[in-house]
Amino acid sequence: MTTDIDTARAAALLDEAPLASRFLSSTLFRFATAGSVDDGKSTLVGRLLHDSKAILADQLDAVARTSADRGFGGEGATGTRAIDLALLTDGLRAEREQGITIDVAYRYFATDRRSFILADCPGHVQYTKNTVTGASTADAVVVLIDARKGVLEQTRRHLSVLQLLRVAHVIVAVNKIDLVDFSEDVFRGIEADVQQVGRELGLGREESNTGGVADLFVIPVSALDGDNVVDRSARTPWYEGPALLEVLETLPAADELESHLESFRFPVQLVIRPQGALAPDAVAGGLDPEAYRDYRAYAGQITEGSVKLGDQVSVLTPGQAPRTTTVTGIDFAGRELAEAAAPQSVALRLADEFDVARGDTIAAAGTVRESSADLYAALCWLSPKPLREGAKVLVKHGTRTVQALVRNVTGKLDLASFGLEPTTTLELNDIGHAQLRLSAPLPLENYLHHRRTGAFLVIDPLDGNTLAAGLVKDHPGDHEDERYSI
Amino acid sequence: MSTQITHEDLELSVLETDATKTPTSTARLSSLDTLESEAIHIIREVVAEFEKPALLFSGGKDSVVMLHLATKAFWPGKVPFPVLHVDTGHNFPEVIDFRDRTVERLGLKLVVGSVQEFIDSGELAERADGTRNPLQTVPLLDAIQRNKFDAVFGGGRRDEDKARAKERILSLRDEFGQWDPRNQRPELWNLYNGRHTVGQHVRAFPISNWTELDVWRYIERENIELPGLYYAHDREVFARDGMWRAVGEVSQPREHEEVLTKTVRYRTVGDMSCTGAVESAAATVRDVVIEVAASTITERGATRADDRISEAAMEDRKKDGYF
Repeated sequence: MTTDIDTARAAALLDEAPLASRFLSSTLFRFATAGSVDDGKSTLVGRLLHDSKAILADQLDAVARTSADRGFGGEGATGTRAIDLALLTDGLRAEREQGITIDVAYRYFATDRRSFILADCPGHVQYTKNTVTGASTADAVVVLIDARKGVLEQTRRHLSVLQLLRVAHVIVAVNKIDLVDFSEDVFRGIEADVQQVGRELGLGREESNTGGVADLFVIPVSALDGDNVVDRSARTPWYEGPALLEVLETLPAADELESHLESFRFPVQLVIRPQGALAPDAVAGGLDPEAYRDYRAYAGQITEGSVKLGDQVSVLTPGQAPRTTTVTGIDFAGRELAEAAAPQSVALRLADEFDVARGDTIAAAGTVRESSADLYAALCWLSPKPLREGAKVLVKHGTRTVQALVRNVTGKLDLASFGLEPTTTLELNDIGHAQLRLSAPLPLENYLHHRRTGAFLVIDPLDGNTLAAGLVKDHPGDHEDERYSI
Repeated sequence: MSTQITHEDLELSVLETDATKTPTSTARLSSLDTLESEAIHIIREVVAEFEKPALLFSGGKDSVVMLHLATKAFWPGKVPFPVLHVDTGHNFPEVIDFRDRTVERLGLKLVVGSVQEFIDSGELAERADGTRNPLQTVPLLDAIQRNKFDAVFGGGRRDEDKARAKERILSLRDEFGQWDPRNQRPELWNLYNGRHTVGQHVRAFPISNWTELDVWRYIERENIELPGLYYAHDREVFARDGMWRAVGEVSQPREHEEVLTKTVRYRTVGDMSCTGAVESAAATVRDVVIEVAASTITERGATRADDRISEAAMEDRKKDGYF
């Protein structure tokens, strides 16, 4: 009935340096998990939440009660085997009844360095759909392998999807290492297999200059007992690398890696033009209505790169030549900024009074190629309704949605062999290549180098459902480039 | 509190760092700035793509934060949508007062859906336990339908509950307001698909990715006013179901329940008939931030009787069209 304060923890928060980091300057890191059936993913997620103290007393009580009801028991190295950690991530009643996970679930925990958003992606049904969804916003993905089984076909599929989506960091957790007696030989064998798959796919640090994943880590863990999850384990003395959480705490986020490499891109969401209808609280706070009579700014979120006052930018409107002007204001809720970078939401003022509307893109001048109505793409098909050639669909790219015609499907990826097989249709969980003709030209950019402006949705015009995640494969001008073959 | 670190000293974002630095050397956005930016992006997307959005506003901290984000999203313009309050008739008077002052201050239109009116007309029946929280669904859907709202913003967060952990940021609801957890649209990158057919509407949850602590840190940083009952105050209370209940017109102690005066605060403000207080000395927002950071009980577990009814309580209510 009282707010149950952990006094030691409260004191630590009050008196020690971590207060500063935890409260004030921690950064956000998004990661996803992917795994096959029974590889212990739920237990690993439960372990991360439990050991990072994200599980609160009442949740733990509920789990302990249920664990006891189900006869879960035994003593682990860390004394938490008495509860079934997998229950911490059990979601909906339908799932508990069937013992399955039906959808991506989001979890939150924080350490002194970082706040984490974890997209927990179920592996056994619709693994491509779930992995693509979780990985699309992730800075890193943790792929689980059962140490007793090693690299399976599904591991290859998962890694293949992550390569395609250009996830910045891939961490392979070789789980259940306790069940192979903490054997270094078993681990090294799996590690070598993973590295081999990585080389085939172009994953890994040495490959990163080709647009592959920046890092590929392989870590031996026991989710059940906690080995190498939060702290390094004494039971794997032969493993000298970091524990899983250490890796997650120190990896650079995708924005950090990319924002300085990429040119400024800003899809316009809406035009802010109050025309006298100013916010009464702003006026009461001293805003001069006269000065804002003709206020006009373009609101949006910076998707890539950064912008400074005085920068030359081009406004891209379908069917018009790019119009170049100067940034005269970067506004954020009453503050005028000197510069802003992805992923900030701001409002831009421009020197020239162009007609700019939702769906237009503002970009660093001279950095955008010609807009195109021909779209060559990889499509991750997420709908039970198959794709057929000749279908009319909607394409949502940035803040613009246009009609599109599927001219042809040029192939389907065999995710296990990484080869391309001929097909004319794509079904749920297929990843294939297609050519689309758009009703208006869009500023398309290769996903390989632009994780935001190279991404789009395919939407069913009839019921509005999302049919596919689209990755712009190449610009019509460079589709002969062999690097884009996967 | 011995530590005097202000966030002005430490929370350096790209906004505040030296403008002469190159973008490559600027600090990353803090987690709070990143979450704020994401929420504003979502609010703007919904306003741009829907005909008639509204924001659920109860005077509770999450809806107050939502409204604050909306004012920032459209500055210097007015918030371009009305607020919708489902009034259980059992609200704390100070929260209703706060609601009305806020609406006045921001020049908003307020739409009220009244549980009492539905009970008076016989369309809803009072529950045996006196709790009115589950009764809000009918007036909510009625208000959405009558006003033709096609998007409704809510302050729901995924860290609150197992069911919410699986809900999309834009969550499609059918003609009956029902959520179908098995048939949700995948949500990819920052591309939100809000397409819907006639009769359907969308619930939008821009602060899905915030935790309770994020909300409080933001309230502190932005100096956002909240109803006073979020902070420690003396109140006449009695114990029921392991919670302190306020003595009020609709919340009377039974014979054996002793009335005490305690220093309490609320972690959520809902219906007086089912919302409990916690004993707390946290009188300022700073105190609350520390308390929440160190607390070992989740906010719903501590203070919501309706979520204790069953393990799947929220899941069931959401499927029926609840917030």
